[in-house]
Amino acid sequence: MRGTMNNKDLLNLIDITVSFEGFLALNKLNLNLKKGELRAVIGPNGAGKTTFLDVITGKVKPTKGEVIFKGKSLVGRKEHKIARLGVGRKFQSPRIFENLTVKENLEISVTTPKSPLNLINKSIKDEQLNEIERLMKIVNLAQKVDSKAGSLSHGQKQWLEIAMLVGQKPDLMLVDEPVAGLTDEETDLTADLLKSLSGENTVVVIDHDMEFIRRLDSNVSVLNQGTVLCEGTMETIQKDKKVIDVYLGRPEN
Amino acid sequence: MSFSKIKFDKKIVLSFWIILIALIIAAPTLLPVFRLNLLGRYLSLSIVALGVDLIWGYTGLLSLGQGIFFALGGYCAAMYLQITSSSEFPNNIPEFFALYGVEKLPFFWEPFRSPFFTFFAIWIIPALVAGLIGFLVFRNRIKGVYFSILTQASLLVFFNFFNGQQKLINGTNGLKTDVTQLFGQMVGSESMQRIFFWITSILVIAAWFFAKWVVKGRFGNILIGIRDDEPRVRFTGYNPVIFKTIIFSIAGGLAGISGALYTVQSGIVSPQFMTVPFSIEMVIWVAVGGRGTLLGAILGAVFINYAKSLVSEALPASWMFIQGGLFILVVTALPEGVLGWIQGDGPRNLLQRFGLKRKIETYPSLEVNNNEGNNE
Repeated sequence: MRGTMNNKDLLNLIDITVSFEGFLALNKLNLNLKKGELRAVIGPNGAGKTTFLDVITGKVKPTKGEVIFKGKSLVGRKEHKIARLGVGRKFQSPRIFENLTVKENLEISVTTPKSPLNLINKSIKDEQLNEIERLMKIVNLAQKVDSKAGSLSHGQKQWLEIAMLVGQKPDLMLVDEPVAGLTDEETDLTADLLKSLSGENTVVVIDHDMEFIRRLDSNVSVLNQGTVLCEGTMETIQKDKKVIDVYLGRPEN
Repeated sequence: MSFSKIKFDKKIVLSFWIILIALIIAAPTLLPVFRLNLLGRYLSLSIVALGVDLIWGYTGLLSLGQGIFFALGGYCAAMYLQITSSSEFPNNIPEFFALYGVEKLPFFWEPFRSPFFTFFAIWIIPALVAGLIGFLVFRNRIKGVYFSILTQASLLVFFNFFNGQQKLINGTNGLKTDVTQLFGQMVGSESMQRIFFWITSILVIAAWFFAKWVVKGRFGNILIGIRDDEPRVRFTGYNPVIFKTIIFSIAGGLAGISGALYTVQSGIVSPQFMTVPFSIEMVIWVAVGGRGTLLGAILGAVFINYAKSLVSEALPASWMFIQGGLFILVVTALPEGVLGWIQGDGPRNLLQRFGLKRKIETYPSLEVNNNEGNNE
């Protein structure tokens, strides 16, 4: 599973090691993503799932290793530069701007260029307004346009953040626990939404919810102790002995 | 706690404007010169408060060093006035230089011979200094309490520098402006003070509109985003360092204008403008008036200062206790400030308490939204 570069790959993580004062959050992690792929990442608590996202998005600088995105190294780049290159991230708990309205939240995400001069001088472009309308319909928030994002329900907040992620038009979407706290119905809708986004976009989904992951029907990478334990379809990894030991647990009897 | 940007009723806004303009026009005839001058000073202080509101109320940057930029603006104005009124003094330089045996004008005074240069220096120099300090601090991701401490430390550095430089800017004595001449008139004269009052009133309104323009729309939303969740703004592709530097610089420029207006109306600029308590007071005006409301900053600055002078006349030495009490009251009972309380759910909650208004059963925001838009 060593990082082998391939020109169809959108992202290569090569031997990523992250050490927090001696504790190895990631340990020689290798992972490759093809363009248009939907990938689920699972793993027990402390396996390094969030650190893995932190490394890609520039929040954490790897102690060793290389992150190649669209042929460019991301290591050492600032967060906003990485975001502009086309990496979008949805956080574990919904992180939206609660004091702004739904529309204002989406404006922040779809606006380009993201320079102060553009923001203060010009009004938003028509195509961006259309995009906002389209996104609000997709996530069922069209009637909440002018409501404060803080007044939305938890599920709506999750969806707003997903809409913000899509509005950013990233080539790579990193989605951290998108269904935490959602109802079953909302979970199913979210799974369908993410599936529909892949193909055109490359999507990485991190979650604990096995039903949800199964529904995504994608390749799964299992993380454990900061490294990739196993990769494959849901069926393959469910049969993998190592995975059963560390994560899924043995079926009773 | 929410920093709501609730819109005012149109009628309230209109009547507010009519009253305000009427007051400004009538003030010179209604008030004795002494009171008019005080009001002019307090109005000029409201401009620095607007800057504090922009950086603190909107962007979450609690600066305890706005006195630096306030004083810089004041010094720029005073240097111009002193130098243009120095023709009768030895060597044609301001009088105080003779006390320290300085015969040649220090180089940095030279450009202040020009009214044109001074006009721009009053706001551009503080804005540049603020931009530089801000950029260095923000680039290193210094935030929160550390930012506040750093700005206060910078304030002390500037204070000590200005306080110690007798030969350059008259040190602790400061620069007097009331006996200088502007356009052939004594700056401290009654007629000039009236003109300064008008200029100040117009500039307060202009500064208010400017601040409103800055915070409206997407730029302002990014500032609020930085205040509430800066990393999220980064991950969306914005560089908060640039936004914070710009807004800090704008607040510095406003502070400079404020300081210049205050100086010509109080008759002197001195390192006292850069003392720690004064910069903290600026924050209190905004906290009491209402963070993130702009208008609250103006009202807070004017009313607190007016109260200060009235209380100090009646009961000297008691003002500090009242100011402290006011701050504690606001922090504990009205965390959004007086105007924030009025604009928010405050009055309704109060009326409910006395049974004068129907109690809201669910979250206020939900019920209010439904009442407003029944088309769902």
